[in-house]
Order: sequence, then C-alpha cells, then structure tokens
Amino acid sequence: MIVRISGEGQFRLPDDDANRLNELDNSAVAAVEAGDEAKFHSLFDEMLSLVANDGEAVGEDELVESDVILPPRDVSFDEAAGEFTGDGLIPD
Amino acid sequence: MPGLAGRMSTTIKAKISKMLDRAEDPAETLDYGYRKQQEHLQQVKKGIADVVTAKKRIQMQSKKLEEQVVKLDTQARQAISQNREDLARMALERKTAIQTELQGLDTQVTQLEQQQEQLIENEKRLRAKIEAFRTKKEVIKAQYSAAEAQVMISEAASGVGEEMADLGLAMQRAEEKTEDMKARANAVGELESAGVFEDITQLGSGSSEIDRELAQLSQGTQVDEELAKMKAELGAGSSTDASVLEEGQKEENQ
Repeated sequence: MIVRISGEGQFRLPDDDANRLNELDNSAVAAVEAGDEAKFHSLFDEMLSLVANDGEAVGEDELVESDVILPPRDVSFDEAAGEFTGDGLIPD
Repeated sequence: MPGLAGRMSTTIKAKISKMLDRAEDPAETLDYGYRKQQEHLQQVKKGIADVVTAKKRIQMQSKKLEEQVVKLDTQARQAISQNREDLARMALERKTAIQTELQGLDTQVTQLEQQQEQLIENEKRLRAKIEAFRTKKEVIKAQYSAAEAQVMISEAASGVGEEMADLGLAMQRAEEKTEDMKARANAVGELESAGVFEDITQLGSGSSEIDRELAQLSQGTQVDEELAKMKAELGAGSSTDASVLEEGQKEENQ
C-alpha cells in the first residue's frame, strides 16, 4: 500500500503494517468521536511512526498515486475531526 | 480517498484529466501537461518567497517590540527614581503585556520556520517528480501507441498532480499561519502605540501618557539629572519591585 504523509512524501507500506494502520485509523476515529484529544494525538503519532519507520520512501522519480493520505503532522484536533470520520482515512 | 488532503488531491486530479481530455494528440497532451507543471512550479517558488518575506516582516516587528520592552523597562526605573510608583507600575504592566504577546509571536516564528523548511523540501520533491514526468513523456511519445499512451499519461499526471496538491496544502497552511501572525503582530503594535491602558491614561495624539509625563519629569529635573540617575541605579538595586515596598509598608503599619 502506498501511503502519503501530507507534507512529507510517499511511503510503500508492507501488507501487515497496512492492516495495523487500518486498526489505528479506526481507533483514531473512535477517539475523535469520543472527543478524546490526547488519545487521538497518541494514536495519530503511532500511525505516523508506523508509516515513516516501516515504510520505504517512494523514489523521487516514481510517479504513483497514494492509496491513503495522512494529514500533516501538525494537524489540530479540530481539523482531524473533519478527516477521521466514518470509515476513517482507510475505508473498510 | 477521504480527508482534507484527499479532497484537494481529487480536485486537482479532476482539473488534470479535464486538461488532458482537451488535447487530441497524446504527444501534444504530454507537452502541454509538462508546461503546466512547470508553470505551477514557478508559482510554488513565488509562494515560498512570499512566506519568507512575511516571516521577515514579522521578525522585524518583533524586534521593534523588543526595543519597546527595553524602553518601558528604562522608563519604569526612571519613574521609581522620581518616586512615581504609579507611572512605574503602568510602564511595567505595559511591558509585561507586550512581553507575553512577543513570546507567542516567537513561538509562531519558530513554527513558521519549520514549515518553510518543509515547503522547500516539498518543492524539491515536486521538481524531481516533474523531471520524472519529462523523462517518461519522451519514452511514452517514442514507444507507445495512442491508446496505450492515454492510460500512461493519466497515471503519470495523477502522480505529479498528487504531489502538487500536497504542496498546495502545505503552502495554504503556511499562508494561514503567516496571516495569523501578521494579525497578532499588528494587534501588539496597536496595543503598543495606542497605550494599553486607555481607561487610565488620557490619550493625546497617539503619544503615550507615560512618555509625556516622564518627559515633563525629566525636563523639570534637569538640574538634578545626575542625581536622578544615581537614584535610579539605587532603586534598581534595592527596590525594583514596587509590591515589595508595599508589603514592607504594610508590615510597618501593622
């Protein structure tokens, strides 16, 4: 799966990690719905680390579309509320 | 692909496919696409330059306010030496208000600097993608049939388009930040020039009451200027904090 971290480029993520990312995404949606800002930020941080650490940066000369786009690292809770809704960033 | 970035990417992609549909010949489409990408890159460069300019302007405003803080501090010391605790208090209150705002501004400048670095990185990445598009476009033109070319063009253009959309989003965030900061810096500037405590001071033509009163004081005490300076030094050393004085007086009264 190709994942973009907004502002930081694209990463190629192994399937296992993609599943983990989906779980985190769903939990993040739940945290947003519960209005739990601290929990959301900790989950979102985990999503970013997973992608940035396990993912392999897509080459500069590769022209591919992302399957998922994560919001920028400094996303506010209010902004996140508009993104992490329903199925989250990754539709189930 | 939901989300803010996703939505923006979709919009750009729609624009790209509309643009690509317009041209009949794939080779022409490719050249046109590449030209458009380069135009976009120029806009991006200009956008980044604007962010840098705005940041510099805000930094200059901050610097002026820092000078004001020093001035107010000096004024407070002068006032103490003249036994004008009321004026000293006003100057210190104003100084504190400006300092608080300045701290907020400094934090924002740091954040903007980070965003600016990120924008430059993004611009580099976009430039590489556009270069990749240029290479690919020549391969497509040389090797593929018109039908195959259409599919490949669309894929390649979407790849570049997403990069553009993402940079657009980053730029938008940086611009919003600079707008916030400009508003904040202006607010502090107004606060400073109008005098913070309008209810206390009767304002004339913009010059602050503190400045005026202190000017009168120093005019009235020109003969004792040397002495006043010495008192200020003493005052700064032993009783800068007016509340300490008050505490002391209270204790004496009790």
